[in-house]
Amino acid sequence: MTKQTQKLILDIISYAILLLGAVLMVGPFLWMVSTSFKLPGDQFTKTLIPPTFTLDNFRELFSVDINFLLLFWNSGYISILITVGQLITCAMAAFCFAVVRFKGRNLLFTALLLTMLIPPQVTLIPNFIIFKYLHLIGTSVPLWLPAFWGGAFGTFLLRQYFLTIPRDLVDAARVDGASLLQIFWKIYMPLAKPALAALAIFTFQGAWNDLLHPLVYMPSVPNTMLTVGLAFFQTQMTHGGKFTVLMAGALISVLPLVIVFFFAQKQFIEGISLSGVKR
Amino acid sequence: MEYGLRPLGREKFWLFALLTPTFIGLIFGALGSVLATVALSFANWDLLTPPTWAGLANYVNLFKDAKLLLSLTNTIKFSAMYVPGVVIISLLVAVLMNRKIRGVSLFRTAYFLPAVTSAVATALVWNMIYGKDTGILNFILERLGMQPVCWLCTENAMYAVVIVNIWGAIGEGMIIFLAGLTAIPREYYEAAEMDGANGFHQFFNITVPLITPSIFFQTLISTINAFQAYDYIYMLTRRGQGDSSVPVVVFSIYRNAWNFFNYGGASAQAIELTVIVAALMAFYFWLERRYVVYE
Repeated sequence: MTKQTQKLILDIISYAILLLGAVLMVGPFLWMVSTSFKLPGDQFTKTLIPPTFTLDNFRELFSVDINFLLLFWNSGYISILITVGQLITCAMAAFCFAVVRFKGRNLLFTALLLTMLIPPQVTLIPNFIIFKYLHLIGTSVPLWLPAFWGGAFGTFLLRQYFLTIPRDLVDAARVDGASLLQIFWKIYMPLAKPALAALAIFTFQGAWNDLLHPLVYMPSVPNTMLTVGLAFFQTQMTHGGKFTVLMAGALISVLPLVIVFFFAQKQFIEGISLSGVKR
Repeated sequence: MEYGLRPLGREKFWLFALLTPTFIGLIFGALGSVLATVALSFANWDLLTPPTWAGLANYVNLFKDAKLLLSLTNTIKFSAMYVPGVVIISLLVAVLMNRKIRGVSLFRTAYFLPAVTSAVATALVWNMIYGKDTGILNFILERLGMQPVCWLCTENAMYAVVIVNIWGAIGEGMIIFLAGLTAIPREYYEAAEMDGANGFHQFFNITVPLITPSIFFQTLISTINAFQAYDYIYMLTRRGQGDSSVPVVVFSIYRNAWNFFNYGGASAQAIELTVIVAALMAFYFWLERRYVVYE
């Protein structure tokens, strides 16, 4: 067997495995889309193309007693607030760790990195108690407020990126009399746009998809986030035998992120590889 | 202290201001929470009546109470299947994608899709797929001449949930490994080719050693995620009264605190989780020093 035929055979095998895997990865999404356009009577038919195509499930979704628009709005503004809070406060800290010389820098940075090992459950219980005494359970405040006190992951990711920005720029700006804040805001922030975009998408995605925190802080429908709403909806619809409406809800809830993903695939992937490769 | 900009005069104030949110997070969010949770774990408190001293009772219960013990073994079983599953499958996918074949970017999009979407939404579909009499999975199995499986019954739910969790994590693992693989210089393979090393030899003697940093990182992340796994378990195995057919520690913490108002017991479980994860991390870093190759 020549080298060429050997490579051809290996290519074909790789192709076959990847294709099979791709079907398994995308299959559930196709099933979601397909079911959401089926009549409730056809919900268990095993065809990908709906026997009768209908939009009724989407109409019903917005007319049922759980307020789907409110869920959507809540998920949207809470995720945006969390993203803004993280971007600002993490960038502030990351700039200090990457650029400024001060006493205790390494110690502080190590302490921050160590907090990554604390499971969310450990912070969840005392935070819940405090927010309960402040009568803030059932509001969105406990969800977004902690995003405004920085975070190990975002700070680490941005610091890594800031470190790649040439120091000569800082020295030149210093000679021209630029202050610390000007260097941060006029040099580092604009140059770090790719990393900021990656962190924004990563944070937004995490907030939008979060289940545990809204379950604790905004536990009851209708005033909660999409994830909790869908979980509640699941019990209701499964008993009512309307998987088609449930799938319509699931589809609408994933749509914003999927659309952003198709336009900004690079940033989605960057968020992960930035955190992973450059240790 | 070897590099960096020296803050001048008033800039010292601005430096402090820039770091203030992080200080608050560290003191209040991290340190304060850990101390509070430790303190709570020695108390009985339902937030309605005043707290009482519990001593070590909450910790003794972790190993005496059959349900709490079950949640711990479930978490360990889950992790033991999930972590190797994610690492091996995503490494395999990344290696195949790294072969420079046509349509790779399309494949990458497909494999990454589950990592983008919420577990809550996709769990709703998986719930349908796993249906015993109505699901497509059993339909396919029967077409292939196999017996239908009750996927979400107590005896199988663990496997069903592990499969979905791995499905949701492959995308991220693949990206980590692809980044590691593309960093390996081509010349290594060319040199091996000249020496007549076949694909298998190249994989185990060049690829695997040089990708150990990525394997280490992915194992670490997967382990942390395994001990945090909640969404799919909540969505697929929930039963009446807030119970689950696969109650893992994280699930049990939620139930203990927010269904039974046993905040002391839940805190002890949270500490248990932290200690186990920290011990595992220490073990991983010990392994890293011995086996991970950095260029």
